[in-house]
Amino acid sequence: MLRLEARAQPSALMQTAAPLLALAATVVGGGILFLILGKNPFVSIRIIFWDPLFDASLVSYTRPQLLVKAAPLIMIALGLSFGFRAGIWNIGAEGQFVMGALAGSAVGLALHPLEAFWILPLMVLCGIAGGIAWAMIPALLRVYFRTNEILVSLMLVYVSYRILTALVTGPLRSPIGYNFPESRSFHDNPSMHNAELWSGTGIHIGILVAGILVVVCWYVMRRHLFGYHVNLMGQSNKVAGFAGVRINLVIICCLGITGALAGAAGVFEVTGPAGKLSPHFPVGYGFTAIIVAFLGRLNPIGILFAGLLMALTYIGGELAQFILDAPAAAIQVFQGMLLFFLVAADLLVNYRVKLAVPGGLFKPRPAESDAGGKST
Amino acid sequence: MRGIRLLAAATILLGAVVGPASSDDPLKVGFIYVGPTGDHGWNYQHDQGRMLVEETFGDAVDVSYAESVPEGADSERLMTQMALSGYDLIFTTSFGYMDPTINVASKFPDVVFEHSTGYKRADNVAIYNARFYEGRAVTGHIAGHVTKSNVVGYIATYPIPEVVRGINAAFLAARKVNPDVEFKIIWVYTWFNPPIEADAANALIEQGADVILQHVDSTAALLVAEEHGIWAFGQASDMSEFGPNSHITSIVNNWAPYYVERVRAVMDGTWQSTDTWEGLSTGMVEVSEISDKIPAEVKASALAVRDAIADGSLHPFTGPINRQDGTMWLAAGETASDGDLLGQNFYVEGIDEELPQ
Repeated sequence: MLRLEARAQPSALMQTAAPLLALAATVVGGGILFLILGKNPFVSIRIIFWDPLFDASLVSYTRPQLLVKAAPLIMIALGLSFGFRAGIWNIGAEGQFVMGALAGSAVGLALHPLEAFWILPLMVLCGIAGGIAWAMIPALLRVYFRTNEILVSLMLVYVSYRILTALVTGPLRSPIGYNFPESRSFHDNPSMHNAELWSGTGIHIGILVAGILVVVCWYVMRRHLFGYHVNLMGQSNKVAGFAGVRINLVIICCLGITGALAGAAGVFEVTGPAGKLSPHFPVGYGFTAIIVAFLGRLNPIGILFAGLLMALTYIGGELAQFILDAPAAAIQVFQGMLLFFLVAADLLVNYRVKLAVPGGLFKPRPAESDAGGKST
Repeated sequence: MRGIRLLAAATILLGAVVGPASSDDPLKVGFIYVGPTGDHGWNYQHDQGRMLVEETFGDAVDVSYAESVPEGADSERLMTQMALSGYDLIFTTSFGYMDPTINVASKFPDVVFEHSTGYKRADNVAIYNARFYEGRAVTGHIAGHVTKSNVVGYIATYPIPEVVRGINAAFLAARKVNPDVEFKIIWVYTWFNPPIEADAANALIEQGADVILQHVDSTAALLVAEEHGIWAFGQASDMSEFGPNSHITSIVNNWAPYYVERVRAVMDGTWQSTDTWEGLSTGMVEVSEISDKIPAEVKASALAVRDAIADGSLHPFTGPINRQDGTMWLAAGETASDGDLLGQNFYVEGIDEELPQ
């Protein structure tokens, strides 16, 4: 019989291997799912994971689109990773993304039809401010009133959706759009258009920013005192406190960083790929980024790859939908499997599977687990 | 708006004829839906059309669809992927696909696009929509007759001309047969969200409504009406099975014949960029079987209204009609132009609600 046994130290190997295991399990599980739906599992997996990267008729478009789809996920996940490392659970990056986009858009639209080189940068700055402001609500409530930031930040997502709807049916509604609930198109004003840098690729400045942020975050996390404090807090608030970490300040900074990056991502998205505000503007980047952050092991380089992988499942999933006539729900189940298997595989970081004589399934860490813990 | 229609007419005359695909290969036809095909409303009806296309042309077509495609950047990418994968004809079936459709169409001049409920066209983008307001005039007529509280509830989505026009058409028809009738309107700012739709229905009932009209896509309002023993109407598809007692009739969107006709046109090489807006007369809008639970004479008069609209002898917007603020919109005997209807952004006189602006 199989038995789970606590490891004395979390396994560094499994820490890296878990996402790959999860990916492999998703491929197998997904194959079975498509088989049940009456689709050829090998073709299905090829369409999702291979075709967007290597199909000759598609790659010129799908490869750069991977970056377009991954960039906001990576930016938001980078922000989230600081908080998650410190044990601060900001689940509301989606709301910070929306409020950032709204703040940036509002300033841009107020300036319309002015044209000047500084407008888009100003919109991005306002987006950062908007995201930070929205993140400060759960941050300050936690610091001063000890509220639970999970609940507050999550509920504020739904508030942000309502504010978005109110604004696009009111003050930000396009005056030339027949009352449809959407803003002017940012593509119509060159100063607000986050245009593609190379024609036909869709690559915009936000993607370059996301790439630079990967490096910056890696540096801060590994080399900067702030990264050290964050990691210390993740171990234990008490220890961090004794070591002189100003815990409340770290909480505010972590939520602020997520808000800033999510807000900036919101502006890049609305002025670029999305083109305008509408109630359908948010498509869940802020939530998907949580998966990306964990899939990437809260490590900036890992997040880069996790974001690209997630984008691949979106783009490949779309192909699978219309090539195989697979229902949209099947694709979502497939993406859900990835997180599910990751959580399962993460068990192996702290536990090992052993063939063993009958006994308890979980052998707890303390005293009695001597035998298991030491026999490495 | 008139300008757009004129421009549209001019483009029809100039409209480029798109060449037929090679006759050996099946014609590749794609459909893009904004929600799940199982919504039993808007998307379900478009999917019914897709099925008829498959049934009609068999091996001569290769038909696919993608459902629950978010409007905006994701839809633009999906359309591009379809075009790159060799699709010849793509139907994009939601308003929010308008700009993406135009963008992608400009990059693939050999691919034909059909966009529903929008107002932007191109040489390879035709647009189509249905005169749902004609059906609403029939439901308004019935509502005016069957209400006992004289309060009719209306679940509305977004204050766009399409929806405002529906409210006005239903209200005018109801007032015509019942001068005391009032409309209570709730804006839910969504097309498909069953819990919110149910909340709206409950709120309307609390305000005294004993008949509920809806512009939203789900069957939630019917279920609530069934529970409270009041009347309700279905939307987009025949929803009678969801309210055995409450359901009077549904306004059915029947896209199928149009889809078959357009696919055939591409096959024949006669496809042109057209602007289609049809209603009861061609069957693009249908009034489903009217329940026998309402008085027989009401059913008969409702059918008469339907037939009169279908044969053109009755226009749902025939003057005298004033705007809500009391100013004149249509003089006695005058009927509304399509341009006026397409840009409608005011309530007619008698609706005691404020239109969100």
